[in-house]
Amino acid sequence: MKKTILIVDDDPDYLFQIRLKVSQFGFEPITAESQKEAETIIETVKPDLAILDLMMETDDSGFVLAYKIKRKYPDVPIIIATAVTAETGMTFEMNREDDQQWIKADLFLDKGIRADQLHREINKLLKI
Amino acid sequence: MAEYKILVVDDEPGIRMGTHRILQNFKVDYPFMDEHIEFKVLEAATGEEGIDIIETEMPDIILLDNKLPGIQGVEVLEYVKKKLYDIVVVMITSYASLELAVKATRDGAYDFIPKPFTPQELRSSIENITKQLFLKRMTQKMNKEGKQIRFQFLSVLSHELKAPINAIEGYLKIMNDKTFGDSLSSYQEMIDRSLERIKGMRSLIMDLLDLTKIESGLPVQRMQPVEISSIARMSMDTMRPYAIQKDVDLYLNSKEKVMMEADPNEIEIIFNNLISNAVKYNKTGGRVDVFIKEKKDAVEIKVSDSGIGMTEEERSTLFQDFVRIKNQKTRNITGSGLGLSIMKKIVDMYHGEIKVQSVPDQGSTFTILFPLN
Repeated sequence: MKKTILIVDDDPDYLFQIRLKVSQFGFEPITAESQKEAETIIETVKPDLAILDLMMETDDSGFVLAYKIKRKYPDVPIIIATAVTAETGMTFEMNREDDQQWIKADLFLDKGIRADQLHREINKLLKI
Repeated sequence: MAEYKILVVDDEPGIRMGTHRILQNFKVDYPFMDEHIEFKVLEAATGEEGIDIIETEMPDIILLDNKLPGIQGVEVLEYVKKKLYDIVVVMITSYASLELAVKATRDGAYDFIPKPFTPQELRSSIENITKQLFLKRMTQKMNKEGKQIRFQFLSVLSHELKAPINAIEGYLKIMNDKTFGDSLSSYQEMIDRSLERIKGMRSLIMDLLDLTKIESGLPVQRMQPVEISSIARMSMDTMRPYAIQKDVDLYLNSKEKVMMEADPNEIEIIFNNLISNAVKYNKTGGRVDVFIKEKKDAVEIKVSDSGIGMTEEERSTLFQDFVRIKNQKTRNITGSGLGLSIMKKIVDMYHGEIKVQSVPDQGSTFTILFPLN
């Protein structure tokens, strides 16, 4: 059976593109355009992996959503995709203990990532 | 008045008392400091006692003898450095040997005062240290605040600028890979979306230029008597093609000429923002009404639309930089999120006020009051 990947992003164009890539990789994409919509989806669906945007309704929607997903499904790997790392020097290395406690992402990726890199990272997290 | 705490750690009571006496009425001021600094002297006879006082009182400056009955002065110094406390340590010692001086400064002592010292020597030493400390704390504070603001601005800006680039790049890659075959028409929607994103980016850049002009506070205002209705009419003419495209009607409701002293460009920016928002967030077949009225001591500009409206929560964040109301109804609407914040800054310059009334799914009304004089 195809593995399902939940993609959450408020940019409809980016969402369309990631959705296309993910289905080209051979996965089953489920999409949501907001933190809220994603929260409704996870009530009934358990994805095999989630790719979340960081800034949606609020600047940290991605973090909040990651936290909620992990609370419900601790074994679902989470990728947070952002566009903001390079300019701000925000690296999210998760070195600080208090960050680790509540930021529940397995991987941070820059949105400009190449398709083959993304594919490799997803496979790694899904242990394929 | 600010007060710095000075801790004297010395086993000789005479030195402690002397320091107390010399500094009790001593004040330090700097030409640009709003206030002067006075001193509170704390005393410890041993290093151990000194550390206790460091923990409970957190002094700003420590005058530290090296030769002490228990642990040595340099050990107290090491303690302060290890804990990364923001304290200036000055060694006082009768054996002002070069060796100790080198070791202590290497370990982070700020200065040396040889013992015995005259009152004048102590005062001038304390004065230097105080000024140094004050400046250091001031710059730290300013850097921290500046960095915070710069960081926020950069993170939001880079997000807003990179998002459309990523989107367009993604579409181009799909076309480059010929994902949907050789026919150009298969990609029509992606081309349209890319053009739409470029439009959004252009308006963001234009808005940013407006904003930097305002933020840099350049008084390039060209104040002159301005007839408000004619500017409104001009702005409506600019927006009309857009309104026709969205099937929204524009109406100007103004009986007489309304004059005020203003910079016509700024007034136009306000109308452009208000009217384009009213069109942008409207419904097909909707209307926008512009009202201009001269009141007793103010000019009132009112723009109401029959659009999608806002919730109370959405309304409260409206005038912040880069805030765009994001919800299902606005998902295909592009904008920089800077328009209203620019408008607010202009209105503030005129000491005016903005009020917003809004009902979800019925429309919003923006009212601006410019006080006359």
